[in-house]
Amino acid sequence: MQETATLNNSFKSEEYFINMGPQHPATHGVLRLLLTIDGEIIKKVEPDLGYIHRSIEKMCERDSYQQIVHLTDRMDYLSSHINNEAVCLTVENALELEIPDRVKVIRTIIGELTRIASHCLWWGVMGMDVGALTTYFYGFRDREMINDIFEETCGARLTMNYNVPGGLMWDIHPNFIKRVKEFIVHFKTKIPEYDKLLTGNVIFQKRTKGVGVLSKEDAISFGVSGPVARGSGYSCDVRKYHPYSALDKVTFNEVLETDGDTFARYNVRIKELWESLSIIEQLIDNIPEGEHRVKTNAVIKLPKGEFYQKVETARGELGVYIISTGTKNPYRMKFRSPGFSNLSALNHMAVGGKIGDLVATMATLDLVIPDIDR
Amino acid sequence: MTNEALQILISEWFPNPEFEIKSESVDIDREEKESEIEESVNPSLLEFTEEGSQFLNVLVKPENLHELMNKLKINSETSLDYLFCLTGVDWGAELGIVYHLESTKHRHNIVVKVKTKDRDNPTFDSVCDLWRTAEFHEREVFDFFGINFNNHPNLKRLFLTPEWDGFPLRKDYVDEINMVIK
Amino acid sequence: MQISLNITETIQECLVSMMSESAAGYIAMVIIALIYLGIFSVAGLFLVLLERRVAAWFQLRIGPNRVGFQGLLQTMADALKLVSKELTGTDRADKFLYNLAPYFVIISALMALGLIPFTKEFQAFDINIGIFFLIAVSSIGVIGILLGGWASNNKFALIGAMRSGVQTISYELSVGLSLLTMILLTGSLQLSEIVELQKSGWLIVQGHIPAIIAFMIYMIAGTAETNRAPFDMVEAESELGAGFHTEYSGMKFAYFFLAEFINMFLIAAIATTVFFGAWLSPFGITESIPWLGVLWFLVKTLLLVFLMMWFRWTFPRLRVDQLLTLEWKYLLPINLVNIVVMAFIVWQNLIILI
Repeated sequence: MQETATLNNSFKSEEYFINMGPQHPATHGVLRLLLTIDGEIIKKVEPDLGYIHRSIEKMCERDSYQQIVHLTDRMDYLSSHINNEAVCLTVENALELEIPDRVKVIRTIIGELTRIASHCLWWGVMGMDVGALTTYFYGFRDREMINDIFEETCGARLTMNYNVPGGLMWDIHPNFIKRVKEFIVHFKTKIPEYDKLLTGNVIFQKRTKGVGVLSKEDAISFGVSGPVARGSGYSCDVRKYHPYSALDKVTFNEVLETDGDTFARYNVRIKELWESLSIIEQLIDNIPEGEHRVKTNAVIKLPKGEFYQKVETARGELGVYIISTGTKNPYRMKFRSPGFSNLSALNHMAVGGKIGDLVATMATLDLVIPDIDR
Repeated sequence: MTNEALQILISEWFPNPEFEIKSESVDIDREEKESEIEESVNPSLLEFTEEGSQFLNVLVKPENLHELMNKLKINSETSLDYLFCLTGVDWGAELGIVYHLESTKHRHNIVVKVKTKDRDNPTFDSVCDLWRTAEFHEREVFDFFGINFNNHPNLKRLFLTPEWDGFPLRKDYVDEINMVIK
Repeated sequence: MQISLNITETIQECLVSMMSESAAGYIAMVIIALIYLGIFSVAGLFLVLLERRVAAWFQLRIGPNRVGFQGLLQTMADALKLVSKELTGTDRADKFLYNLAPYFVIISALMALGLIPFTKEFQAFDINIGIFFLIAVSSIGVIGILLGGWASNNKFALIGAMRSGVQTISYELSVGLSLLTMILLTGSLQLSEIVELQKSGWLIVQGHIPAIIAFMIYMIAGTAETNRAPFDMVEAESELGAGFHTEYSGMKFAYFFLAEFINMFLIAAIATTVFFGAWLSPFGITESIPWLGVLWFLVKTLLLVFLMMWFRWTFPRLRVDQLLTLEWKYLLPINLVNIVVMAFIVWQNLIILI
């Protein structure tokens, strides 16, 4: 007995720690992961957050509601329009404002364009994380077209601030409809190109299939949302269950995959590109005439109470929770960011895999660190 | 399930002992008197309200928190298995947590609130064992509000450095350098 | 027009007229070494430029085109910058090994170049164990990578180095065996003889099916040996930052970088020599002008180099266990069977001769 014990002991491999981040190409910003590794096999992943924490929730407590909108696009900067929309919807619902249809439709179109832009960037980076560097430029080529459209209409390419409580800051640019239609035609020829370059690649499929598996039960328990949850077969699209803006007027399918692995999550996002295109197509010809904004008081005071609004950003369910005491500032403001919950599942998904698997898994979680750190 | 049905179901789980004593002493025409009694003594240990919120709000005492949460999750009629938001709140005199729950089966929502007056050492039971997402969210609350959680597997600061002094999201937090006070 | 490319003899004859024969021998060696060093450090730089332009072409970009005509001097400028950069290193690195590692890599890469037959005459030395020597020398480079990763005192570098060791040792088998398949056909290890034999048809034609299989295995294993994508486990920038050369800067980094490109050139050059008739022109169309052999050799080699670049900019990276699975479960058995098939073909004389 003793002999075998010493024998086992002498051949025992040693676990060691490794710091992945905060400056690491695969952590997409300033995420630090403390990895416990045995050889190449991951034993434990512990995220260390806070490198870009700005305490937006505390800042909100002293800002007016119009100002808060501007803080939100610094959270998940890749779906800034949808973040803005979430805060505006919360405020508008609390004030029981009647929002013109024109505003709703434009918000939805731009929201879906934002989602496409975000997924394009994600696709590029996903390819890069598994070692195919070329995808990055293909994704950016198409994202650039969307950013140009935004620039023309909103004046900004990334942090758009196009929403204000009560509507939109100004009306759309006269070229908007034409350029969006051009983009749709262009992008429909490009998604098959994405599939050709990456989806169908044998190495890519080997790298992603069966990697980072998250079962449906675990997905619910970890509170994940968005494409990550839908890749595990958990139907959670806020656009379906709690439609906001003009999303109740359009028909689209919620993309669901049941495998729960990295490839399933990848497929969900690629298919979502088609769904977003179809939503835009349904709305772009039917933008109703009317005002682009309803007048609100210069100082917005929310009634006493608690207000919660969910929206579906490119990464999942964003919740805005406002506790108001009837003053011009929120008493407490909480952002339920999708990335935060999605990240909490990372340890569960990555343990037992290799370092390369961790990177691939992290790529399909589509983490945006300012969204997690807030 | 509608909010009313939920309220009736959940309120039965935690009957108020005081209410039972009273109802026993009042032996005449119990059904007639019930509405009066309800106003004076809550039949349940839980307080329900829908005022100023789109969800049904349940206020629970800290000692009943974990039991309630467990029942909300495993009961087949409620089956609130998706904890989508966990918020720490400083109500001035009280510190507390707001849980937003959703059922992936029935698609109804409920909001559970828990409060404590103890500002020096506020402690609640952790719900990590029910929803694993709570692990991160509770660490965030611990970080910013200084609320402790019993039975939490890894309770330490998440965003701030371990040596950080104070809890920034509390209303009485003072930081003269980093905070602009208007 | 007659240009003598037989540099060894030309230089030696010139020197012998000036001094004693043994002294001339040594000096000739030094001079030739310097010439090779010069040519190939410049060639390496242009390969870097080529890679960048090819990558840009794949990636809808333009690539470097500002320094010199079409950016021809871009990598020269980069090299100048790297030479003048501060050399940083980690605090508790094993200084001696840390400094030694880049030279291991670059020297082993340059050493192998001497054997490559650019034309019939332009070959620094032609020994009778040519291919064996090439395989042996080119595998020294991995020691440099292992040393560099280990001595850096950085865990990412260490993981990179370990991966490199595993990878190179595994894929060396396939490189060796696929070349061995072709040696069955030639019966000689000497490069000049191998080329001479191909006057009656390139070996890839002579050996037809098994030769094509051997060529494919050789290219896969060769790409793996140079640690290039899709087998760039060693660097794997999205996993390990920069892998084994994380802690190297300035010129020491440049040595690793340059060595990678020279190795790529070497792999392509060996393939050209063994499979595609080295400097021989297709169907002997320019046989009367021997110095055009350099051109043919470079065209063939650069086409193969382009193929390797094509791999790199299209494929995702394999995972480390998949990499080993590919070698030990697929390439190696196929290779062994292939040798038997080739032996059978040689025995039954089923060779295609033009």
